[in-house]
Amino acid sequence: MGNVIGIGAAPKRKEDQRFLTGRGNYVSDIKRPGMTAGVFVRSPHGHAVLRGIDKSAALASPGVIAVLTGDDVADDGLGSLPCGWGISDAKGVPMKEPPFPMLAQDKVRFVGDMVAFVVAETPEQANAGAELLKIDYEVLPSVVGVLEAVRPDAPQLFDDVPNNICCDWELGDKAAVESAFKKAAHVAKLSLVNNRLIGNPMEPRAAIAEYEPGTDRFTLWTTSQFPHVVRFLMGALVLNIPQHKLRVVAPDVGGGFGVKQFHYGEEAVITWAAKRVRRPVKWVASRSEGYVSDRHGRDHVTEAELALDETGKFLAFRVNTLANMGGYLSTFGPNIPTNLYGPLLGGVYTTPAIYCNVKVVFTNTVPVDAYRGAGRPEATFVLERIVDVAASEMGIDRVEIRRRNMIPKEAYPYQTPVLVQYDSGDPVGCLDGALVAADVKNFGVRKAASASKGKFRGLGYSTYVEACGLAPSRFAGRLGARGGLYESATVRVHPTGQVTVMIGTHNHGQGHETTFAQIVSDKLGVAFENVDIVFGDTDRVQFGMGTYGSRSLVVGGAALSKATDKVIVKGKKIAAHLLEASEADIQFEAGKFSVAGTDRIKTFEEIAGAAYVPHNYPLEVLEPGLEEQAYYDPVNFTYPGGCHIAEVEVDPETGTVTLVNYTAVDDVGTVINPMIVEGQLHGGIVQGVGQALFENAVYDEGSGQLLSGSLMDYCMPRADHLPMMKVATHSTLCTHTPMGVKGCGEVGTIGSPAAVINAVVDALSHLGVTHVDMPATPNRIWRLLQNASLPVAAE
Amino acid sequence: MKPFAYHQPDQIPAAAKLLASIDDSKLVAGGMTLIPTLKQRLASPVALVDLSRLGSLKGITDDGATITIGAMTPHAVVASSKLVQTKIPGLAALASMIGDPAVRSRGTIGGSVANNDPAADYPAGVLGLGATVITSTREIAADKFFLGLFETALQPGEIITAIRFPVPLKAGYAKFKAPASRYALVGVFVAKFADGVRVAVTGAGPGVFRVPPMEAALSGNFDASAIAAIKIDNDGLTSDIHAEADYRAHLVTVMAKRAVDAALS
Ligand SMILES: Cc1cc2nc3c(=O)[nH]c(=O)nc-3n(C[C@H](O)[C@H](O)[C@H](O)COP(=O)(O)OP(=O)(O)OC[C@H]3O[C@@H](n4cnc5c(N)ncnc54)[C@H](O)[C@@H]3O)c2cc1C
Repeated sequence: MGNVIGIGAAPKRKEDQRFLTGRGNYVSDIKRPGMTAGVFVRSPHGHAVLRGIDKSAALASPGVIAVLTGDDVADDGLGSLPCGWGISDAKGVPMKEPPFPMLAQDKVRFVGDMVAFVVAETPEQANAGAELLKIDYEVLPSVVGVLEAVRPDAPQLFDDVPNNICCDWELGDKAAVESAFKKAAHVAKLSLVNNRLIGNPMEPRAAIAEYEPGTDRFTLWTTSQFPHVVRFLMGALVLNIPQHKLRVVAPDVGGGFGVKQFHYGEEAVITWAAKRVRRPVKWVASRSEGYVSDRHGRDHVTEAELALDETGKFLAFRVNTLANMGGYLSTFGPNIPTNLYGPLLGGVYTTPAIYCNVKVVFTNTVPVDAYRGAGRPEATFVLERIVDVAASEMGIDRVEIRRRNMIPKEAYPYQTPVLVQYDSGDPVGCLDGALVAADVKNFGVRKAASASKGKFRGLGYSTYVEACGLAPSRFAGRLGARGGLYESATVRVHPTGQVTVMIGTHNHGQGHETTFAQIVSDKLGVAFENVDIVFGDTDRVQFGMGTYGSRSLVVGGAALSKATDKVIVKGKKIAAHLLEASEADIQFEAGKFSVAGTDRIKTFEEIAGAAYVPHNYPLEVLEPGLEEQAYYDPVNFTYPGGCHIAEVEVDPETGTVTLVNYTAVDDVGTVINPMIVEGQLHGGIVQGVGQALFENAVYDEGSGQLLSGSLMDYCMPRADHLPMMKVATHSTLCTHTPMGVKGCGEVGTIGSPAAVINAVVDALSHLGVTHVDMPATPNRIWRLLQNASLPVAAE
Repeated sequence: MKPFAYHQPDQIPAAAKLLASIDDSKLVAGGMTLIPTLKQRLASPVALVDLSRLGSLKGITDDGATITIGAMTPHAVVASSKLVQTKIPGLAALASMIGDPAVRSRGTIGGSVANNDPAADYPAGVLGLGATVITSTREIAADKFFLGLFETALQPGEIITAIRFPVPLKAGYAKFKAPASRYALVGVFVAKFADGVRVAVTGAGPGVFRVPPMEAALSGNFDASAIAAIKIDNDGLTSDIHAEADYRAHLVTVMAKRAVDAALS
């Protein structure tokens, strides 16, 4: 018998047994009898009228079984890809929501837009057939940047979306902000670009669909972070398949980062095609295909202004942003730069008045949607950058200005002027902890050592908060969510006392199989190895909203905790019967039910056995079996946050920025498994550092070609880019989640870009540099130094 | 990848004959460059002639005043060769900076030189050292070999069998890696011989080139300070999303200085 491994312990991850021994089961590992291969034919143009497609040569090509196009979609009366959020402008006018056909009809709107699907006996034959399709395009000028897209003479993507503006959204009290600016002693201004990113999970997207005529059932295996949501969106809204006739399975998934939390047209096309060809159809994206079809992230252009009084207290904050949506609305698209952005502009500060305007703009680029952090890294970057700008302009120390404005620990719960109410937090505590951990005291010594080698050293702070644990359904509904955001879990106790959990979240690298097993082991006193976590299959798991927005532990773990509590409640009833005591006198602790104040006990296994062999059992009042289910809808978001301190060294000769130290002290609430939390922070920080220093999706204006469409041109962060990171937690407990957890999946990505860029600006501030756009590449830094027209380091 | 025939000859003449007799056939060495183009269907030769069974193309020999490296010698072997490390440490260092361990254990010097990628490292070493490219039919001086973007003096059907490097007094290589690909954004190879200095630049333009003013300055004084003030012209240099031409031009001077420092260290 194994041991109980509970909350706070750091066992090795259960799932790593199969991953590290090559026994994972990914979509591309799956083979079905009679399987065919499909390839998508994608638009090579950013913007074009689709005048016609001649299929004949492709259909005659050896092995080709079917060629499907937008006309076939229309003939079969299928729906358009739905958007899960409907936002509105200040006057309540709903966003423009043009259709997003799964295969293009009439027009293509980005390089990678799907035009046709070719099914053949083998992938080679499908590719050969695809090359024979004759597609007649009338190429139009493309517009890829938001500033260009809203100009009056810009190419228009949709006839009924003037100036390409999907929605002119706002939040906050505009008048209050204006009057505060009038009283300000100082106004700091900042224009910035939040660079477009491409998620690049290790495993490219893939799908297999199968139709069984005997039962009229479909099965779709897909690389998804939320199979139940795909079942709903695709079945109910696109393909008109009743929910009970559609099974969606997301088996092992090799990384998501948000990229796999949308319902993609590929899924719908493949499922539809499987019925048309009456054989299973498989598609596996190439890396290049992922670049032009996986939803992209970020891509903002922003003007921000911060009003301060003479002591450096923030009076008001005003932010105007243009946010790129790409060519169509993706599943969560319009929600990200609005509801997940504006409400975070308060940060950890007591700023009394905030106003935010976001113009959500269509362009001829891949649709933009959530990518790890989703909206909150963008908000944090604007705020934490402008705080540094204000500090330097007013001659106040950057740490001091933060302290003067931070929400004190005692002021929680704290209502911000931008909708959200923080339940708990201690920004000052995180800051103090990080200052010590980063050895800020001796920074001057390190800076001098760098200077003696001709290098500039800088230190950057980011004291931030985010909102995650998505989400309280009613609140989200008011903001425009078209679905619920609860989570569900079933705890199935077997007759022998082992436990299987069915949960609606999806594990694709986060260690859920370990963390959730620890929760059950802790609460039921069952050995860690006797708990298995099942996820990712709509036929096995009751329901679920999936994994994104740092919600799995916060919302899914809460459902699991509640379901576990119900098992204990029922166990007590059974124990009361067996021990001939009153239910109120039964205690449960460490896997044993006992009568208070006596040595009469029943073990958890004995109770499970009795529940399934109910001979001596209160059948009149209690059902047999021991299996409980709970749905949990959170009452608020959770607000993890913390302080990140980056230290960089700049080589003025080449412009190279090297991250030399990184410290993070984060408040993530209760820590279930410290090793997993540390891993999540490491990964999150690396992705934020990637945005700050390396990653950039670049389009060619006019042609709409993606210039950074491969790993040769899109720079992912690598191990040798990074120092050993110092990561610690300084937790306050969430007051409304069952275990006090806050979530840790995205904090690293949210806090880090501002810390890194603030460090780069600090390193160059003696040359008059006040801002550096991301990514801070050597070329960009060198050019800044040229323009700084001040003596560069001695040659 | 489209289907193709596959041949593995064990004699150079047999390989040359296959190449000559099959239209649209291609040599494959380490396959690190060629195979990805096949997978992306950018190239679709009807036949591949694999050089891996040609034992005479492998290995490094010490000829006294020169060393000869067989065309099929992988980068990792050059990087770790005691002979190269002793006689031309700058060349061993160059080989150690190519790609990643997997690429270095499969990619070959012959494949790299034949391919003449404008950002590849070996062309800088071959031109900087004034090496000789030995083929199945003749010997070609480095100065006559590299003709421009992916272009060389190789005739159809000609196979590189080895590269012969003169042993310099001192040589060094400095590479500024392109952030994503880690090919050379700018790489400079500097070699000092009894009769003068050669400076070869890769990555900066459409093909590897020499920098006569730097060669002259270093021939007089083999020290980084001698070239610190020499700027090269932006004209004709590459501009792309990673670096504009003026930045590449600037890096040529910086990397040349660092190459001299490396040669002296
Ligand atoms: C991830 C990655 C990173 C890389 N990074 C770098 C880098 O940093 N620097 C760098 O310089 N290179 C880099 N490379 C390229 C690498 O060095 C290649 O191995 C090399 O360019 C080609 O060598 P190969 O043996 O693989 O040739 P192949 O791919 O087999 O062949 C390349 C071409 O040369 C021809 N050819 C091959 N051998 C001969 C011969 N003996 N005679 C005539 N023609 C021949 C082939 O027909 C083909 O056209 C990288 C490659 C990869 C995949």
